[in-house]
Amino acid sequence: MEIGVDHYLVVAAIVFTIGVAGIILNRKNIIIILMSVELILLSVNINLVAFSSYLHDLTGQVFALFILTVAAAEAAIGLAILVTYYRNRGTIAVEDINQMKG
Amino acid sequence: MGAVAVFFYVFAAVLVASAFLVISAKNPVHSVLFLILAFVNAAGLFMLLGAEFLSLILIVVYVGAVAVLFLFVVMMLDVDFAELKQGFSQYLPVGALIGLIVLIELTLVVSGFVITPVALHQAASPVAQDANNVLALGEVLYTQYFFLFQGAGFVLLTAMIGAIVLTLHHKPGLRRQNIAEQNARTREDAIDIVKVASGKGLRAAE
Repeated sequence: MEIGVDHYLVVAAIVFTIGVAGIILNRKNIIIILMSVELILLSVNINLVAFSSYLHDLTGQVFALFILTVAAAEAAIGLAILVTYYRNRGTIAVEDINQMKG
Repeated sequence: MGAVAVFFYVFAAVLVASAFLVISAKNPVHSVLFLILAFVNAAGLFMLLGAEFLSLILIVVYVGAVAVLFLFVVMMLDVDFAELKQGFSQYLPVGALIGLIVLIELTLVVSGFVITPVALHQAASPVAQDANNVLALGEVLYTQYFFLFQGAGFVLLTAMIGAIVLTLHHKPGLRRQNIAEQNARTREDAIDIVKVASGKGLRAAE
């Protein structure tokens, strides 16, 4: 049985769905929300690399590399904001974050 | 069924299962560990696709840096995670519904598309037949996408400075060495010359 590009797209679609559902299900835990965002970005990367491989075009892999960069930067900044918020408030409950104005 | 198919199904099944456990595990530390497992299996999928460089970068960057960062933060913050887990069953119907809708839409898109034969000959940066993946990627990245590559570097620099500025904080009342202040001291404000009268001592001189 030949593994085609469709197989990879289905896997990426399932992982993307799990990521979206994870954001909705864990509304109170911002660490799990950040991990769900990482899962979504991973599924996008799987799509890009699958198309890159099956179309014999390296551009997809270059852009997957840039997505990897942005995801790493986003995780670092998100966790830094989280640590600062926890230091000031003593909690990481998401529903209180709307007070973080100015 | 060839070896590639077997490996694909193993990696895909473990990836989906561990992704599901990331969002459903009770303990966030377990979530992070399942996230690492998901990334390792995605790296396996990339390896099957022939993207060896990205596969190894995924392990180095994600498992080595991002996941460990998550692990540090989860273990550092003293938070009652059982309390944060409370809304899970409340949000389950709407979360499952939205997930199902997204999955159906994505499946419709995936099952309905065809790659035109024209697209196969229009590659922006076609893969050379004999070059290995790292060499080919480097030749494209450092020429055609050089400015985007520099931009990615600036994104990382901004993120690094931002993270340092956000988390660095000085404790009040902590005594630190201030070299400028030390160098700005003069003889006049450092010492006081007092003429002491003979036989009377310092008390009488005041």
